[in-house]
Amino acid sequence: MLEAAITGSRRYWIWVSFLLVVIAIGFNSWMREVHLGSGLMTGLSRDVTWGLHVGQLTFFVGVAASAVMVTMPYYLLNYKEFGKIAIMGEFLAVPAVLISMLSVFAIMGQPTRIWNVLLYPTPHSIIFWDLIVLNVYLILNIICGWTVLGAERKGTPPPAWIKPFIILAIIWAPLIHMVTAFIFAGLPGREHWMTSLQAAHFLATAFAAGPSLLIILSLIVRKVSRFDPGSTAIQTLARIAVCALGVHIFFIGLEFFTAFYSRIPGHMHSLQYLYVGLEGHTELVPLMWTSSILAAAAFVLLAVPATRKNEKTLAAAALAVFFSIWIDKGFCFVVSGFIPNHFERITAYWPALNEFFVAAGCWGVGFLVLTILYKIVISVRESSVQGEH
Amino acid sequence: MSMRRRDFLKLAGFTALAGIGGSVLTGGNGKGRLEAAQAAPGKVTPSGKRLAMVIDMSRLKSESDVKKITDACHRIHNVPYFDNPKNEIKWIWTETFEHAFPGQKHKFLPEGFKSKPFFVLCNHCENPSCVRVCPTQTMFKRADGVVVHDPHRCIGCKYCMAACPYGAISYNLNDPRHAKNLQDYVNPGFPTRAIGVVEKCTFCVERLAKGLKPACAEASNGAIIFGDANDPSSEIGKLLASRFTIRRRPELGEEPNVYYII
Repeated sequence: MLEAAITGSRRYWIWVSFLLVVIAIGFNSWMREVHLGSGLMTGLSRDVTWGLHVGQLTFFVGVAASAVMVTMPYYLLNYKEFGKIAIMGEFLAVPAVLISMLSVFAIMGQPTRIWNVLLYPTPHSIIFWDLIVLNVYLILNIICGWTVLGAERKGTPPPAWIKPFIILAIIWAPLIHMVTAFIFAGLPGREHWMTSLQAAHFLATAFAAGPSLLIILSLIVRKVSRFDPGSTAIQTLARIAVCALGVHIFFIGLEFFTAFYSRIPGHMHSLQYLYVGLEGHTELVPLMWTSSILAAAAFVLLAVPATRKNEKTLAAAALAVFFSIWIDKGFCFVVSGFIPNHFERITAYWPALNEFFVAAGCWGVGFLVLTILYKIVISVRESSVQGEH
Repeated sequence: MSMRRRDFLKLAGFTALAGIGGSVLTGGNGKGRLEAAQAAPGKVTPSGKRLAMVIDMSRLKSESDVKKITDACHRIHNVPYFDNPKNEIKWIWTETFEHAFPGQKHKFLPEGFKSKPFFVLCNHCENPSCVRVCPTQTMFKRADGVVVHDPHRCIGCKYCMAACPYGAISYNLNDPRHAKNLQDYVNPGFPTRAIGVVEKCTFCVERLAKGLKPACAEASNGAIIFGDANDPSSEIGKLLASRFTIRRRPELGEEPNVYYII
């Protein structure tokens, strides 16, 4: 099936070449960061030690986990409308996990020592578990997606042995995001992160952002190929996204209540920093309000049937959900956990240009893998469409 | 009685209390310590020691006292100096009361008190969260309770820095060997570090091995008292038993081992 990825239109090759250039720039920027030091090449500091890259990890693990929102209805609940889109969910999970793993790899000060994590397995460290669950999830999705698609190409039902793997992947999906939440939610003295709501909140944002991305990808696939994932499937995704988005907004409200009714400074500080600014520091305020407005607008567009069914407003709403959650969880959430620091001093953080390049490189790898996998799916599906006629 | 108390504590999961309760219960002799170790697994170090530090603020008189102490530490440990506070590496430094003890500040604090320089450093906690989160066991607790790190194993993930509630850990964002002060002087008796690894106070384990006090305590003219808090006959044991001391953020359960006499 891989041969489908090396034949393509001019447009396809321009896109692939563009991604390769982005990856090369990202790799070069990362090498600069490793050798010249993050003191020179990033906006990080002694106080804000994690920034854009850890945000990317957090966000894209969510996107990866959200594949369960199409695989579970299709494989477990027998929801036939997702027949065409299930594979797209699985094949979106693969690049999303890759972006996550590359992003966390990019923060390592000594990347060549990464194998120490396996050489000295440490069950009491959440990062150790994160490495395990992400790798297993990556492998599971490749196996499941590839096998199901291979069977489809031959026109046979998927082999029986794949079923346990599919079920395991469905159980595994929320696990990867819970473990990611546990990286943050168990640290003494980081009140903004340390809430038992964290894992649930992560899952809510994941199930809003992931299906939204899948809606956008479905609309693109429909435009550039003869394969149509189906309007009903897209509408169901929109319903899932709006429910999850509603839960996300609700959870933000809960955080505000706990912090501001208790008036415990540690719980209020990060929220104040994010939404109104703290001691004159308002660096992230515009971003957070952008995120809030996008979320509110998207919620209305997706909740009202007329705008949900109109594909133009649907696409706008899906983009709004994606960016709203990207800003919140993929950036501000991580940074604000460090502000103020343990001495109640504020050190602001803004990513340096080099960090954006590194992040772009990670996205580039993700989109390249996504393009290749979707290209294969499309070519299999197009040939079966031809077969039917 | 001691059995019942022990069982109760185990059940209740009051492990933090148990470390203290156990040793109070059985006294400070060798046999007693074993007993205490059983009462609270992991809370008393395998050696029975609990190395700790008392900082007596009344004995810190001037700026030069303070500078002498930080310099002593940073010089013998080849701690690089960078101008930009964002890139700072520091093992021991001072903060004013409201920054060292943010939960304790109030607007009626005596004037002279507000500007007092409080030394802050790694607390060598009984329950160190940095050790708990480290994915490579680079951060670890020695048998005598000192929390140390292996800069050759560190992958530079900075998880320990996110986990430490005392802001005690520094990360080499720049190549420390390029720092100007290390161009001028390097202590050949102590390794320099590489870029991209964390570092912090080690209670001078290299000096403890030779039977010496930590460098800060030695340079402090009696303001910093170091020793085994579990030994009631030691200087620090007597001090802790006779004077009121406070610790930074004790409510987090890390059980920090740096005490302050205000």
